[in-house]
Amino acid sequence: MKVASEGDATFVFEKSVEMDNEPTNFEEPKEKLIPQDKGEELTSDKKTRGLVRGTYRFTADSLKKKVRLSEFISEKVITGVAFLTITIIVLIFLFVFRETLPLFRQHSQKVTTTAQVQEQYGSDEGAGRNAGNQEVYGITKDSITSADNSRETIEPGNNEGRVIFPDKATFKGLWGKEWMPVSDKPRYGLMPLILGTFKISILAILFAAPLAILAALFSAAFSPKWLREIIKPAIELLAGFPSVVIGFFALMVMASVFQNFFGYSTRLNAFVGGIAMALAAIPIIFTMTEDVMTAVPESYKEASLALGASKWQTAFYVTLPAATPGIFAAILLGIGRIFGETMIALMATGNAALISMNPFESVRTLSATIGAEMAEVVFGDTHYSVLFLIGSLLFIFTFALNAFAEFYVKGKMVARFQGRIA
Amino acid sequence: MKKWTNKLTGGIMVGTTALSVVIIIAIIVVMFVVIIIGGKEQISWKFLTSFPEDGMTKGGIFPAIFGTALMVLLMSVAAVPFGTITAIYLTEYAHENSFLSKCIRFAVKTLAMVPSIIFGLFGLGFFIKFVGDGMDHAFLGGHLKWGQPNILWASLTMALLTLPVVIVSVEEAIHTVPGSLREASLALGATKWQTIRKVVLPGARSGILTGTILAVSRGAGEVAPILFTGAAYYLATLPHSVSDQFMSLGYHIYIMSTQSTNVDQTLPIQFATTLVLLMLTFILNFTAVIIRARLRRTPK
Amino acid sequence: MKEAKIKIRNVSFYYGTKLALNTVSLDIYANQVTAFIGPSGCGKSTFLRTLNRMNDLIPNVKITGEIIIDDVNIYDRQIDVVNLRKKIGMVFQKSNPFAKSIYENVAYGPKINGIHNKKVLEEIVETSLKRAAIWDEVKDRLHDSALGLSGGQQQRLCIARTLAVNPEIILMDEPASALDPISTSKIEELIFQLKELYTIIIVTHNMQQAARVSEMTAFFYIGELIEYGKTKKIFTNPEKKQTEDYITGRFG
Repeated sequence: MKVASEGDATFVFEKSVEMDNEPTNFEEPKEKLIPQDKGEELTSDKKTRGLVRGTYRFTADSLKKKVRLSEFISEKVITGVAFLTITIIVLIFLFVFRETLPLFRQHSQKVTTTAQVQEQYGSDEGAGRNAGNQEVYGITKDSITSADNSRETIEPGNNEGRVIFPDKATFKGLWGKEWMPVSDKPRYGLMPLILGTFKISILAILFAAPLAILAALFSAAFSPKWLREIIKPAIELLAGFPSVVIGFFALMVMASVFQNFFGYSTRLNAFVGGIAMALAAIPIIFTMTEDVMTAVPESYKEASLALGASKWQTAFYVTLPAATPGIFAAILLGIGRIFGETMIALMATGNAALISMNPFESVRTLSATIGAEMAEVVFGDTHYSVLFLIGSLLFIFTFALNAFAEFYVKGKMVARFQGRIA
Repeated sequence: MKKWTNKLTGGIMVGTTALSVVIIIAIIVVMFVVIIIGGKEQISWKFLTSFPEDGMTKGGIFPAIFGTALMVLLMSVAAVPFGTITAIYLTEYAHENSFLSKCIRFAVKTLAMVPSIIFGLFGLGFFIKFVGDGMDHAFLGGHLKWGQPNILWASLTMALLTLPVVIVSVEEAIHTVPGSLREASLALGATKWQTIRKVVLPGARSGILTGTILAVSRGAGEVAPILFTGAAYYLATLPHSVSDQFMSLGYHIYIMSTQSTNVDQTLPIQFATTLVLLMLTFILNFTAVIIRARLRRTPK
Repeated sequence: MKEAKIKIRNVSFYYGTKLALNTVSLDIYANQVTAFIGPSGCGKSTFLRTLNRMNDLIPNVKITGEIIIDDVNIYDRQIDVVNLRKKIGMVFQKSNPFAKSIYENVAYGPKINGIHNKKVLEEIVETSLKRAAIWDEVKDRLHDSALGLSGGQQQRLCIARTLAVNPEIILMDEPASALDPISTSKIEELIFQLKELYTIIIVTHNMQQAARVSEMTAFFYIGELIEYGKTKKIFTNPEKKQTEDYITGRFG
């Protein structure tokens, strides 16, 4: 029996026996419930159990594709925001690199009439900009020497000043052996900084890598589960130490203790800084090594144990080699961390730009140079651009390191495990 | 005989690895103990709530605590929603192997690896010189207001640094929301976005909280990004607006221990400030570890 | 016999290149219980999930053929999947209540449909819980967490949650497989009552259950529909050898 009834068409919830005595509650919201069902063809069957049931039919109309604005917008916004992470990386690259551009532009400036260039520079919006900039430097009054230098060069008409501008860092100069940015004749030789950074990185990694890898081996292969659950978070606690705290500890405590012990003359040196940086790198290397070691397929270890090898033989001859690419990646990440570490370098290395093989001499790293000098330079100055150039180098280096660790090592790891299992 | 040497080698090898663990943990303990001993005399309610005095040789560190708190607050406001949305994209919208999602994952990893000083350079080059200067020229006719270091730029710079921390935590938490709940919601006729909003996000709440705590802990401890984007050596007043500079605990430690005129005299203050910062990050990390452990233990 | 509610015509389904369902055709009638039986991995669950297009959520799947409900091909490009799923409810193998209160679980569906009037919601929650035969057990603790209920209660709550959206068709994917015998019999009784109002399709590996609750039974084996007919006939006098073997427990 089919009875069409307009009233029931919009009825979402049928009356059941229990509700028949309070119909008002149901009358009121009818229209609002599911509006798209309105006007649908309806058949209602009265069933024996006292339930009234309206049977809707599926119609193409009621199931027609709907444009849901909120759905559309949310998806686009979410995708857009996620895309921003890529944008940030690109922007970091662009803006860090952009500030180094004046270094590359200097030659072309010499070719055009310098006066014209500088007049433009001084006359239009540049004026307000310069004025503004000077104020900014107000906060760092101790950099007057370099500020004076650059102001001279901006003055219109000061052609000669521009051409024989002593502040110029040619690319040849960047390879120089002296880093003396604030002097009558500034020299921007990056060599001592680069060598210093390498020196300290090697020292730090020589200390951090064996310690972290052996500790990870203990945690992954030898320790019982309960101990592992203490060791892992405990060592990862070290990752939570702010680098300024490690730097402070190195500066105030380690430096004195080591000096008393080894009896060298320079209190703050590459050795102290290297050990302190190792503390920052240990948790990174440990965590990642531990993870790859636990990821070594159980079947390898079982095969080895089944052949009669002892637990330690399995660990050293099976687990460790199988995890090699991962350990390699972990060391790379550790190096990345050490390379970029600023606060420890600033506080514990002595910051003297020397070229020396002696680990007990002071060093100055690339990142520490930026940290120490950026607050005291003039915007747009050569010194400023060179610091950004150092930043670009650091960025490119860590980016390459990361890309290498990500694609090469991971690919090798996957190939190794899958290749052997298959 | 051979068995005997074999056992000895094994003992030595296992012993070496165990020793490494002991050394690392000993270093951590020594650092803790030394900093606690050095700083505990100086710590008092007054130290935490008063301003530095006499050229920072006496008094407290209240402005540094306040500045750090304000900075991490602003940072969280920027980093947490941004990171959460990115995590939602990676888990709910992106196809695991699509080029875009691979790029985003790589970007997040790179962001986590970029040296903190680079963020400082970026903050200077982008926020202060590009955005700030641009704003001054566009709205204030070149009057200098935004084109200089301030707490807003420092916080945004720090937000970029802590973004990967948030993304990784939230992603991990979203993965713990069972697929069967998503199916239940979708089978009831909920749209994707409704499902995310009403089922996935509530399920990932603790992960968002963990991410925020870890980000705050990281942000509170980092100094390099704020060296030239907003941290100040000394300020007589608290920051009034987001265009003011601020004092921060980490920067305070750095300045006091390297630039102070009388390092020995202020040593107790330095230790105490370090102790405050260490305790702050330690407590935050510890809380995050506990929340995370609980999250992993209760399968929903 | 009246006209079929759901007409399935030559439906094949692929996971990637793997064929999971091979040209299945059958008619399903309104206000009846139709059971899909077969050994695990035979494609019965996959088939069930094609009916409300839940398989759309899995990447790299392909479906061919037609599924027509009341003259509407639900795989038509013009069809809105979200609205379709509102009309075809689904109960899953493992009870999956949201980590919310009992009330919020049932009110979830109406709320996403834009019903926010408290009184209406309360009516819907009450009616749905009554229909799912769980009202008496939970009426005093509607605002407690749904996760505190027993397994059987959770499953009935999930049924109530499905009913609250007022679907036409209810798909049940082994709804009692994880439950004890008492809870199972409660669910079966419930299914028996619900078919007065809804068209119910149930996947089960429990043949007694299929025999008890369903009018029609379809037997699947390795992606093929082997036999489909009145439950009584399938269980007493199957036409195909494979069906007989399965029913008598010779394999599966």
